[in-house]
Amino acid sequence: MTNPHAALPADVTIAPDEIERESRALSTVWSDGSGLWAWLTTVDHKTVSKRLIVTAFLMFIAGGIEAALMRAQLSRPENTLIGPDRYSQLFTTHGTTMMFLFAVPIMTAMGLYFVPLMVGARSLAFPRLNAFGFWNYVVAVVFLYVSLFVNTAPDTGWFAYVPLSGPQYSPGHRVDVWAQVVTFTEISALTAAVNIIVTTFKMRAPGMSLNRIPIFVWAQLVVAFMIVFAMPAVATASTLMLATDRAVSMHWFNPAEGGDALLWQHVFWFFGHPEVYIIFLPALGMITPIIETFCRRKVFGYTPIVMANITTAFFAFGLWVHHMFATPIPELGQSLFTAASILIAIPTGVQIFCWLATMWASRPKLTVPMLFVLGFIFTFVNGGITGVMLASVAFDKQAHDTFFVVAHLHYVLLGGGVMPLLGAFYFWFPKFTGRVLSERLGKWHFWLFVIGVNVTFFPMHILGLQGMPRRVYTYLAPTGWGPLNLVATIGAVTIATSVLLFLVNAVMAMRRAPDAGPNPWGASGLEWAVASPPPNYNFLHAPVVESRHPLWDTTVDLPVLTGFRSDRREVLVTTTFDARPDSRHEAPKGSIWPLYLALCMGVLFIGSIFSPWFVPGGIALSLLGLAGWGWTGSKPTSHERVATPAAVPEHA
Amino acid sequence: MHSAFDPASPQARAIAHLWWWMFGVGASVWLIVVVAMFLALRGKRGERGPDDLSHASPELRTRLERTVKGALFVTVLILVGFLAFDFTVGRALAAAPTKMLTIELTGHQWWWEVQYADTNPSRRLVTANEMHVPVGRPVQFRFQSRDVIHSFWAPSLHGKRDLIPGYSSSLWFVADTPGVYRGQCAEFCGLQHAKMAFVIRAEPQADFDRWLEASAASPPPPSDSTAAYGQRVFMSAGCAVCHTIGGTQAQATVGPVLTHLKSRMTIAAGTLTNTRENLGRWVLNPQQIKPGTQMPPSPLSTVQLDALLAYLETLK
Repeated sequence: MTNPHAALPADVTIAPDEIERESRALSTVWSDGSGLWAWLTTVDHKTVSKRLIVTAFLMFIAGGIEAALMRAQLSRPENTLIGPDRYSQLFTTHGTTMMFLFAVPIMTAMGLYFVPLMVGARSLAFPRLNAFGFWNYVVAVVFLYVSLFVNTAPDTGWFAYVPLSGPQYSPGHRVDVWAQVVTFTEISALTAAVNIIVTTFKMRAPGMSLNRIPIFVWAQLVVAFMIVFAMPAVATASTLMLATDRAVSMHWFNPAEGGDALLWQHVFWFFGHPEVYIIFLPALGMITPIIETFCRRKVFGYTPIVMANITTAFFAFGLWVHHMFATPIPELGQSLFTAASILIAIPTGVQIFCWLATMWASRPKLTVPMLFVLGFIFTFVNGGITGVMLASVAFDKQAHDTFFVVAHLHYVLLGGGVMPLLGAFYFWFPKFTGRVLSERLGKWHFWLFVIGVNVTFFPMHILGLQGMPRRVYTYLAPTGWGPLNLVATIGAVTIATSVLLFLVNAVMAMRRAPDAGPNPWGASGLEWAVASPPPNYNFLHAPVVESRHPLWDTTVDLPVLTGFRSDRREVLVTTTFDARPDSRHEAPKGSIWPLYLALCMGVLFIGSIFSPWFVPGGIALSLLGLAGWGWTGSKPTSHERVATPAAVPEHA
Repeated sequence: MHSAFDPASPQARAIAHLWWWMFGVGASVWLIVVVAMFLALRGKRGERGPDDLSHASPELRTRLERTVKGALFVTVLILVGFLAFDFTVGRALAAAPTKMLTIELTGHQWWWEVQYADTNPSRRLVTANEMHVPVGRPVQFRFQSRDVIHSFWAPSLHGKRDLIPGYSSSLWFVADTPGVYRGQCAEFCGLQHAKMAFVIRAEPQADFDRWLEASAASPPPPSDSTAAYGQRVFMSAGCAVCHTIGGTQAQATVGPVLTHLKSRMTIAAGTLTNTRENLGRWVLNPQQIKPGTQMPPSPLSTVQLDALLAYLETLK
């Protein structure tokens, strides 16, 4: 593909005083102000995403504390530290927190922060929608944790199998809390997905054709499409079916009334399995820039890696029955899902082989982000292999619903999701804050974390095959499961210590003055072209991209596109495939309506637990918010076609 | 015995065999990847430095391309081999013989109701939480659930099978080694999911037949006066509202059948060994041992409890 701007004259430069004036004007027009009102109304994608990342990380800590309590209870046979009722609430809240309130939100939040910066845009496509998604997420967090402290936390597991979670066997409001927490996170994930898709397709820097999109952005794009197809399934399951079953006796799952108890599992896992890849693919997307930066090599096999992401997304929707191999589903049908579950190992293998090849051709620098990538390979490959084993119907009959599966899923999620994420935190922390984290503390964090994860979860493989089912609050001494459980608990303490070190590291870094500079690692992506932390308008001038690694391949200054207005929030819209400049669009200013509408959703869905009348009531309240939202947006007349663009280098 | 590592049936052995193969191949693959990772770190195949952004040499590039393609090919080969292996094991497990001993199992929160099928309804044996099976003869379990989803799992004998309300499911195996095998519910089914275990006793056909014959008969009425008083306590203190004892007026089916209680190894669904002391603790306050269980506490006096236990001990 040829670059439409390559032939343009590049000898014009921008004078320093003009840059000064322009940046002042832009920071005024992109500012959402200060004070409490500004805090509530801001739509800056960086501010909102940082809040989302910090809250989601707090959820990681909360879920970790729940896990530690469970490990304490299981450290010896017939322990009486935590009773069965509390224990059921703990493992349900742990799973719900980690899947819905930590993993998915933090992965999309990384995208919401970095996609505009990586594609060279001033903002997300829909800044107010982003704020709305964030506030919905906050409602979910507050709702679940208030319920935990008033002894009303859900207690039927994070996948809430009916009929146990139905009205007959779970009276009270515990399962209602679960169903509605899931509803809020669905809304939140869908808003993020729409934003990432449109931002990636329509707001890329001129010249960033599809084959030049950074791999992290590709991963986010693929995952956004997965969210669009997966989340409606769980919305159907939890909000439309389980909640109405419980609130207005719909009997979807009651066999005595013609319902079907197995239907829930199909609808839930049609979402639930893609969910794992919704967490995993963005994490893989973080690995490529880390390896490129510290190996100082362009990644081996850009196209195969992108293709692997897309293939994984397709296969991910054809695996769900492997969660149901112990149910009476015909064997022939099961074998199809075995084959699909095995096939999905191939695209993941492709990515790992490409990274190893990249490292092979270089002399990797073992910084903390790079160490976490190595920890990922060490730990995740183990989880991937047990995943292939679990695809076997025969073997799964033994391993299903045991600690073997607990071990597998934590190897995959901690090894495949959290380790790359922690590496990414060390890598991009300078971009978020302007400060580099301590390498020394980081190395302690890394070693304790990797050792802790393996010491905690490796013994669980053995426990599972020795007959220990998951979700048991205790076990009898003659089972002989005591010693390995104690080892796992010791591992959990190690993980907790390592996370504490990370927090210490972050706090110590924040006490220093920002001194990281725009590109402390010498990385290649556009996000490193702006100051750390980035100004509210992201890019002074729209950058023009001529390769996949703009900061590495541009020997002089980064070419830019000028001629935009600095007296309003103007963003550039480009074409989907070739990213040719297409039109300008005015981005909206800060607004209270996202928060108001999220509160309406809170009234609607939380209220619906107590009375169905809250549904029409909540809708009526929302109409006011929708009117306000529509009234205050950007005007359609502000779309203007871009005249002949001029690419000029910027001296900054 | 309670472990997938100690198979006691051809079915569990086939799965264990599959597992050890997968473990061997999987561990080797993991080792190769990790070794390749460390070799990649040790190598000095390029200069390190901020200005060095050049591609690898064309020869190295060709070699890497060939290696990656080769690794991919081997991966596909391993996966296809694994798929074929899995399908053969799956077929062997699915091919059920005819003329099997049929045991009907119903899951309850939190115990197992067992019925030995017989064409003669009066010879249908009903018991709870403990099953005897003859060694060398195929046994088929037919499952149903009356409340929530449970999962039947005796790892030494076979994999697990879910019991789903509104669905019938089944599982068969041949125990080929005499022994006592423990199993446990594997699908979270509420508060006492952790204490919903069962026992399978595999014994020679002759022993099994003897047990079946003995179990079909009702226990003799209590002979001494303490036990007779104990029977009256059982009938009047509320026990008979939920439990059945063959040959008496107690015929309720809410809780487990107690007809041959003393012949079982455990009580409270595999939670306590079946001793007089444990039985006394259980009767007085089951909520302390299995919080949330459907059985209420029975505030009996010492005399009543002693008599009741004396009676229950006659139920051999």
